[in-house]
Amino acid sequence: MARKSTTQSKIVWTVIAWVVALVIFFPILYAVITSFKTEPEAIDGFSLIPSGTFENYITVQTQRDYFKPFTNSVILSIGSTILALIFAIPAAWAMAFAPTRRTKDILMWMLSTKMMPAVAVLLPIYILFRNFGLLDTRIGLTIMLTLINLPIVVWMLYTYFREIPGEILEAARMDGANLWKEIVYVLTPMAVPGIASTLLLNIILAWNEAFWTIQLSTTNAAPLTAFIASFSSPQGLFWAKLSAASTMAIAPILILGWFSQKQLVRGLTFGAVK
Amino acid sequence: MGSITLKNVQKHFGEAKVIPSVDLEITDGEFVVFVGPSGSGKSTLLRLIAGLEDVTGGTITIDGKDVTEAAPAARGLAMVFQSYALYPHMSVRKNIAFPLKMAKMEQSKIDKKVEDAARILNLSDYLERRPGQLSGGQRQRVAIGRAIVREPSAFLFDEPLSNLDAALRGTMRLEISDLHNQLKTTMIYVTHDQIEAMTMADKIVVLNRGNIEQVGSPMELYNTPRNLFVAGFIGSPRMNLIEGEYAQSKGAKTAGIRPEHMTLSKESGLWKGTVSVAEHLGADTFLHLDVDGIGKMTARASGEFGAHHGDTVYLTPDETRLHRFDDKGLRIAG
Ligand SMILES: Nc1ncnc2c1ncn2[C@@H]1O[C@H](COP(=O)(O)OP(=O)(O)O)[C@@H](O)[C@H]1O
Ligand SMILES: [Mg+2]
Repeated sequence: MARKSTTQSKIVWTVIAWVVALVIFFPILYAVITSFKTEPEAIDGFSLIPSGTFENYITVQTQRDYFKPFTNSVILSIGSTILALIFAIPAAWAMAFAPTRRTKDILMWMLSTKMMPAVAVLLPIYILFRNFGLLDTRIGLTIMLTLINLPIVVWMLYTYFREIPGEILEAARMDGANLWKEIVYVLTPMAVPGIASTLLLNIILAWNEAFWTIQLSTTNAAPLTAFIASFSSPQGLFWAKLSAASTMAIAPILILGWFSQKQLVRGLTFGAVK
Repeated sequence: MGSITLKNVQKHFGEAKVIPSVDLEITDGEFVVFVGPSGSGKSTLLRLIAGLEDVTGGTITIDGKDVTEAAPAARGLAMVFQSYALYPHMSVRKNIAFPLKMAKMEQSKIDKKVEDAARILNLSDYLERRPGQLSGGQRQRVAIGRAIVREPSAFLFDEPLSNLDAALRGTMRLEISDLHNQLKTTMIYVTHDQIEAMTMADKIVVLNRGNIEQVGSPMELYNTPRNLFVAGFIGSPRMNLIEGEYAQSKGAKTAGIRPEHMTLSKESGLWKGTVSVAEHLGADTFLHLDVDGIGKMTARASGEFGAHHGDTVYLTPDETRLHRFDDKGLRIAG
């Protein structure tokens, strides 16, 4: 009896999980389907069966160059992630291994910047970027993406680092490692799984970041998010082409996510299972 | 060389005065054991010497040089941690070589030293393994190997055997003593286990709440404990501490007699007791008794004595081995 009911509840939960996953995934699926429709088909009500045209992809590539924003996306997401790690590893080291009474407050304060709506600081940042000549530059956007993801990167690394026994770092110190060598030879290699998943997650976040990248770029530094947005204006709506552009924009990151999902899941649950 | 001097060393963690003030002299080549109950500040004192904690006050001198402010590596000491603290991502070879690599030694020299150390510690077959693939005893040896290759002026051990099972602990105890005899380097060894302290030390430092209760050789502490704390802590089973009429008749607040310093008889004696538990160890039997007019006592009998729960046993203390303490708990001489 008991076994039967657990089997039943397992089935129920599995079904619920699938439904939730489908609901979450459905918009993406529908964009992919729509990208294979003709424009009239796309506007013409709900349908899951496209006529299967590749025309949109060809148009998108000929009208606008896909590779430039693609390259920008790659540079911005990887560049900002590496930059963020360079700052975050020492910061997280300090918080995990040399904490003070204020460490928790600093972490909360850093994270609280993520709770504020980005639009609240749009104007000052826009003016700063304009005055420093950073508008529509890759450097400018890399800095911006680094800054907005830094709190999350620090927080994640901090939780991983705290799992590492302090005695091992002390042993390194006794063995003659200075702070730099301690971080390079001991801490970082031991935290590789955590750093890898932080890196992956941050690349995904940076790739998908659509507020600042769209606000602060026009053409030169515009990544794929801006590329998608450009299809919803100014010549009117082209849903099928927009869908094709979206599909092309999310495909690389989806593939990356798919291949690294084990690492991602393990990294994200690292602290929990220990 | 490895003589270490602590002068008025203090350590506070916020409000907590974990080490109120310690003065200590360690001479070159000595095997010194810090012993005391858990939380008595043994690790803190060791970490102050290592430089892993900063002192709140006082000075630490190694071989005449003031190292109070020096970085851990600059003090020329090596430490073996309770958790071994091996680098899990490095092979045994790389673990042992790490301090030499940090010292920028030539690779050919490093290889030779690592192999020498591995031979001494029976690790030659395991050099390419990761620490995770080793047993507890082997990990301990790697940690010791990593300490040896640096040729430090002193070794610091923080409860190095407490993660091992009893049999292995006995073996490793001998190995460490052996190592000390070979190297003749100063060793400071922290433990809460008074048997480790008694068996290994040239000099025991008894700590209690961050204060040194007594410093001396194992037999000095055993024969002339300076106060009640040391009397109760050193020796196994513990010294019997007797208050009241008997102690007063000896001119003391508390009288102490070790379990092995009483003669036992089934017919007659000074005190009459009833056996509550008899622990038969083979050669010895420890009798836990309820003694009329005194209370619980422990006595050591020979294995042949043959007493059991409920038996009546008479005890007579050997008065030449009696310890007397005043109302402050301090030893009364003579
Ligand atoms: N980093 C620290 N912060 C605050 N208190 C500490 C710290 N380290 C040790 N203590 C306190 O100091 C006392 C002595 O600790 P410790 O030296 O580890 O004792 P032992 O090694 O003898 O068991 C304990 O009460 C412990 O709680
Ligand atoms: Mg300790």
